[in-house]
Amino acid sequence: MANLNSLTIAQAKEKLKKKEISSTELTKACLDRIKKLQEKLNVFVTITEKEALDRARKADEELKNGSDLPLLGIPIAVKDNFCTMGVRTTASSKVLDDFIPPYESTVTQKLKNAGMVMLGKTNMDAWAHGSSTETSDYGPTLNPWNTKHLPGGSSGGSAAATAADMSIGSIGSETAGSIRQPASWCGVIGLKPTYGRVSRYGVVAMGSSLDSPGPITKSVEDAALILEIIAGHDPMDATTSSLPVPKYTTSIGKSDKKLRIGISKNYLEGVDNKVIKVFEDTKKLFEKLGHTFVELELFNPKYAIDVYTILQRSEVSSNLARYDGIRYGNDRSFFGEEAKRRIMLGTFTLSSGYYDAYYKKAQKVRTIIIKDFDEAFKKVDFILAPTGPTPALVLGASEGQSMFGELADVLVEPSSIAGLTGINLPAGFSNDGLPIGMQLIGPQFSEPGIISIGYEFEKETEFLRERKPNL
Amino acid sequence: MKPVIGLEVHVELKTKSKMFCGCSADYFGQKPNTHTCPVCLGLPGALPVPNKTAIEWCVMLGMALNCNIPLFSKFDRKNYFYPDLAKGYQISQYDEPFCLAGNIKLDSGKIIGITRVHMEEDTGKLIHETVDEQEVTLIDFNRSGVPLVEIVTEPDFDNAKDVRDYLQKLQQIVRYLGISNADMEKGDMRLEPNISLSSDGKLPNYKVEVKNINSFRFVEKAIDYEIKRQTEILERKEAPVQETRGWNDVKQKTVSQRTKEEASDYRYFPEPDIPPLRWTNEILENFRKQIPELPNAIKDRFIKDYGISEYDAEIITREKESADFFEETVRIGEKENIKPKTIANYIINKKINAKEALPADLIKTIISSSTYASMDSSKIKKVVAQVLKENPQATEDFKTGKTQALQFLIGKTMAKLKEKIEAKVIIEEINKIIK
Amino acid sequence: MKINIKHIAKLANLSISEDEEKKFDSQLAETLKYIEGLNEINTDDVKPTDHVTGQENVLREDTTAPSLSQEEALSNTKTKHKGMFRVKGVLTSEQ
Repeated sequence: MANLNSLTIAQAKEKLKKKEISSTELTKACLDRIKKLQEKLNVFVTITEKEALDRARKADEELKNGSDLPLLGIPIAVKDNFCTMGVRTTASSKVLDDFIPPYESTVTQKLKNAGMVMLGKTNMDAWAHGSSTETSDYGPTLNPWNTKHLPGGSSGGSAAATAADMSIGSIGSETAGSIRQPASWCGVIGLKPTYGRVSRYGVVAMGSSLDSPGPITKSVEDAALILEIIAGHDPMDATTSSLPVPKYTTSIGKSDKKLRIGISKNYLEGVDNKVIKVFEDTKKLFEKLGHTFVELELFNPKYAIDVYTILQRSEVSSNLARYDGIRYGNDRSFFGEEAKRRIMLGTFTLSSGYYDAYYKKAQKVRTIIIKDFDEAFKKVDFILAPTGPTPALVLGASEGQSMFGELADVLVEPSSIAGLTGINLPAGFSNDGLPIGMQLIGPQFSEPGIISIGYEFEKETEFLRERKPNL
Repeated sequence: MKPVIGLEVHVELKTKSKMFCGCSADYFGQKPNTHTCPVCLGLPGALPVPNKTAIEWCVMLGMALNCNIPLFSKFDRKNYFYPDLAKGYQISQYDEPFCLAGNIKLDSGKIIGITRVHMEEDTGKLIHETVDEQEVTLIDFNRSGVPLVEIVTEPDFDNAKDVRDYLQKLQQIVRYLGISNADMEKGDMRLEPNISLSSDGKLPNYKVEVKNINSFRFVEKAIDYEIKRQTEILERKEAPVQETRGWNDVKQKTVSQRTKEEASDYRYFPEPDIPPLRWTNEILENFRKQIPELPNAIKDRFIKDYGISEYDAEIITREKESADFFEETVRIGEKENIKPKTIANYIINKKINAKEALPADLIKTIISSSTYASMDSSKIKKVVAQVLKENPQATEDFKTGKTQALQFLIGKTMAKLKEKIEAKVIIEEINKIIK
Repeated sequence: MKINIKHIAKLANLSISEDEEKKFDSQLAETLKYIEGLNEINTDDVKPTDHVTGQENVLREDTTAPSLSQEEALSNTKTKHKGMFRVKGVLTSEQ
């Protein structure tokens, strides 16, 4: 059977269930693909081939015995900032080069409980600091669509793994853009859940008030399937919501409702013409589906950059304080330049005499941004905007640009700051064959609606899936 | 020159689990690093979830210290680097602590203001050793994350004796609440006085903090030593340095303590991992109901209701167990027509261990030994003092070890008391006075 | 606004080379200039948001859970001694 690795989770599940394929075959197909492309694309930091095959064999047994765990036997790639018991976890930093966690993150635990076959740990910007995967201490990951280009970040490895069919699906995490932006640059689905919907326990902390783990998949249905597994209250994470977790997969194909979709001109300012064109096409498609558009004037996203920069750097300076090389890992001289720069700025913005002017001010503007969205969502169900201002940039673009990530993520930052949910939907290609993504932003806990409309859009754009990276 | 003294006291709570994780908080004497987990070891991605009981106890302590309990409170991160601090920050409370503006009334009648009572977590324990001829520090994280309450006073003290009285009262209250053993030797209670001298009645522009004090006696000594040391510096027209000093028990003095800890800009900010806390008046009222009657109140009640002396009441209420024991014994004794005063004297004079004795047994003993008159201990004390004063030669002889002199003094005392009383009680009193 | 790089590096427990110091000096100044755009926004009477979830009073009951073994706790350290983590001596006290 050809190209098992290019299956979606839903397709693979179906075939496993019907015993058309085995998990071992599926896992081998992914591992073969990984072996073929790892050197070219540098997607994984650690490949757990043996563990994956062992798990796949066990999964086959369980499948035989009629187990119907939701991810049983499905090969998944996990971003390297999720602590995995007994498997090296580096967050792509040399500080954690030899760190082997004696515990498991809640997300990976849930995935394992659901039967996942973990293929390995994917590359990322070191400490998730960036939007290019170029700041990884293990070298940049390259964009599967064009290896001269970046995959985006920080979940660049996970996005590339999914796009290049090295995995059936992947797990990423977003602080502000780290799921949606690489998904957009790699042409895959990236779902950023509401802050607090998915546990952060065991995820190397970056911006604690923002971090949201989520799926990067080949289809909206797959994203729903994974979210259904990983979402929910975690007694180990006090910021997780105790709201019940909906059956997200039941939102698939349920989109008879006609929605009001907001658009805001200032989300199109400075956006590349190629992206604007796809945005207009997307808008037309939604209109064709019967949805209506409402012009909004959202709070200018450029201020979100300032807010994000201050909050994120401040939290980073504190979150990275534990890395002193005493209990684990290497000492602080192993931090890369980007991490040091962020720690420095965050230390300054929290320091005596500057706290009010920076941190507190940013938290106040955060309040304004939240209220602005609250007002908007009284008028519309969702907001449509480009995920990023440009398609994937070329390698080296982030070099020496201390605000690179922030500028690349300008259109996702406001919603991240407000803790909202959002999804990247592959929506077109540039003339030179790079994917372009659009995002839908929804209120907190509106994932069912986002999944529903996302799926509706996906069905109308099946032709996009026919194109595959030429690798 | 007037001493200006304030006090920070840390009290470790005796909850079952630690402040932010499920590790057992009962770490004392355990093998090093056997009570840790990703949370209290500061491993990547581990998150704190606050212990409900610890927070309730902190609020109850605040209530017992007459504090205001704001309805809204939160945790903050206090950022600094030290090897015993696993996360590189301590979760503490900065500008919105659980309890504010309370007070404690001392025996002297003086009222000491409590600035705040807040909740935080303990650090790991450092052990300084020489290993392979190298000065090393070893770290045990069993203590890391154990709930700690910090009680901060206003700079209201001007002498060491009041400080000691305050500490005894605080220890008593904590024990009455049953929230900590407040055992100094085990480090359940840690004292940090800050001392400075004022020549003009204003707050001085420096303060010296003394750490590592593990007994109430040493806190008195350390304060007295600091007052003397700083007085001498000021008399030389020099300025005392603002610094942290440690109490050196062997040398009986404070010593400057320079650690490699970096400059103190703690960069506090609200802990993003822990949602804030909001009380309702109903919840607070419920906490208030759980607070047992406190020593000062019990003392007053015992004096009023049972007619025992203030001296006796003070001794009996020092520990909750003995106060409870006394009351229970009084209740049983009532049927036998035994006066509370008799019971109090008996408990004090015979040093009855309230944790072991049974009230009913005590009543039986009192009845069977009723050939001996039971007597108000303050009366015995008075008479003994009188006898010693009237017989200076015998007193001197006894001091130099002549036991015959003791017999003589006992005889004199008994004669004066005109009642039969155990010699042992008199000997104790004599010893007390002479020492 | 100028950041005292040496002081901040000390607070952050980072050793910064002279080259880095120069680099950070200009880069951080640039970033600061950028983020000072926030001053254009009036935040009088606006309360800061520390938590976006609106959750409050998230507490755990006082029950114990298993700890790591000593071996597990020490499994990632490079310097240990007698079941403890080991660092260079940190205390210097006047004798």
